[in-house]
Amino acid sequence: MTKKIKNLNLNFGPQHPAAHGVLRLILELDGEVVEKADPHIGLLHRGTEKLIENKTYMQAVPYFDRLDYVAPMNQEHAFALAVEKVLKIDVPIRAQYIRVIFCEIGRILSHILNVTTQALDVGALTPSLWGFEERETLMTFYERASGSRLHANYFRAGGVHQDLPKGLEEDIAKFCETFPKIINDLESLLTDNRIFKQRNVDIGVVTKEDALDYSFSGVMIRGSGVPWDLRKSQPYDCYESLDFKIPVGKNGDCYDRYLCRIEEMKESVSIIKQCLAKMEKGPIKSLDGKISPPPKAEIKQSMEALIHHFKLFTEGYRVPKDEIYTAVEAPKGEFGVYLISDGSSKPYKCKIRAPGFSHLQSMDYLIKGHMLADVPAVLGSLDIVFGEVDR
Amino acid sequence: MKSLEDLEKKINSELTTKINNTEIKHNQIYIETDKEDIIDVAVFLKTNEDTKFRQLIDITVVDYPEQNQRFEVVYLFLSHEFNQRLIVKYSIAENEVIPSLTSIFPSANWMEREVFDMYGVSFKDHPDLRRILTDYGFEGHPLRKDFPLTGHSEVRYSEDQKKVISEPVKLEQNYRNFDYESPWEGTKYIKEEIENNDKKN
Repeated sequence: MTKKIKNLNLNFGPQHPAAHGVLRLILELDGEVVEKADPHIGLLHRGTEKLIENKTYMQAVPYFDRLDYVAPMNQEHAFALAVEKVLKIDVPIRAQYIRVIFCEIGRILSHILNVTTQALDVGALTPSLWGFEERETLMTFYERASGSRLHANYFRAGGVHQDLPKGLEEDIAKFCETFPKIINDLESLLTDNRIFKQRNVDIGVVTKEDALDYSFSGVMIRGSGVPWDLRKSQPYDCYESLDFKIPVGKNGDCYDRYLCRIEEMKESVSIIKQCLAKMEKGPIKSLDGKISPPPKAEIKQSMEALIHHFKLFTEGYRVPKDEIYTAVEAPKGEFGVYLISDGSSKPYKCKIRAPGFSHLQSMDYLIKGHMLADVPAVLGSLDIVFGEVDR
Repeated sequence: MKSLEDLEKKINSELTTKINNTEIKHNQIYIETDKEDIIDVAVFLKTNEDTKFRQLIDITVVDYPEQNQRFEVVYLFLSHEFNQRLIVKYSIAENEVIPSLTSIFPSANWMEREVFDMYGVSFKDHPDLRRILTDYGFEGHPLRKDFPLTGHSEVRYSEDQKKVISEPVKLEQNYRNFDYESPWEGTKYIKEEIENNDKKN
């Protein structure tokens, strides 16, 4: 006697700790094997692009913090670079170093979160406890520079908002001395861990060809053996003058992506060290009064400064008619801004290209034929943050 | 192709009739084409040995409500091999259906769904054209310029009906769009005087 067995449909999320946010994944299961995955996204959609069209260029910056909220300043960087290119202004060298330092801090923040929560998803609790302590230290650096731990609103077109407070550079340097030991500790927990390897090796394998076809970027494409990093291939700010390596994976599985992230954190520490060594005193934002607001003290003395201040915070600066796509290497991959300006002080259009969007799209391709228990492992190694996927 | 100028020449000579205009700025190439030719252009860019634009970075639409051809469709390409970026554009009217790139670039799937959701542009031969970012049962296309920033409906939990309900937006204060843009031109009589002087001259 034959019996027909119907496939089981399973709702994964939107309230599930391993979904890393508000992901609703509809899985079609044949026994324990996943036949099809249909991600439903948009539960965190806030209409960022629409809002930016209605704000001045300076008011648009905070929206970028709220995209990938574990590495806020990397997003601001893309927008600042786009506006700078259209305005054709130069960024003082000290500002470039400060921006690179905080971008690399953002990269470490994001990678710690990803590596440790991925370990959590496959059953290891301790790494997240150790990692989050370091994240807290890093967020204190964010707070000391910008005033807030997460939503920094620190980068501006033409530089950064204000100079680093006294002692921050020394404290970041101290952190760079102690942090490599923490990475080694994390590695001693995970890299050769039998359970961690069983759950990650040969899971979610991406070939080189598919990584290109599915528009992967960042660790997702490097894990598959494509040596592609925008910091090297299309350098922005002062990355050209810095010496760092691009870790590349071999097999394109979850484990290789984990290894890439660990190595990238080590490189980030080295980049921060180089920046701190090279950094000199100097201006931290463009000296053009039509773009950067004047210092507070000057407003009390100078009529021109007062007018500039008033115009910048009501009308905002005007950006000539142009169209540009700029991308940065955010921790998750290529984060791009496609900006259309129309000569007014508000962007006509600002399309945000989030790396997580293309990565999550491939979920069906990645998970087909895997077991249900592999879903959190694959999802973890994609490094999804819903702020940027849903925008 | 090593330089952008060479690439521009190559594209112009290979795709003569399919390209309306090319331009190099910001270290990227901007190409204008037609709706009918986009598939051929995309296949050429992806497969040709001298271009190798293997990755589709994004698809988006720009809305110009005052124009006859309301929407401008924009494709962003990246070539890892030659480290170049390329932007392809074409204009369409409001109700036109455009070809889908999903058969050439699998990643176009969600990008086209997003364009459909945000601008209401439909794609021919798309395997699964559903809304993606907005809520289930959402109406309208939010990124069109004539869609209000506040939206049309708001969602709340109703204590009476014991469920989440959707109702028209009620605002305590209307959305105010301050216009700071006009530089001060003086009071009315000064303005008239200036205009009169201009006419005399």
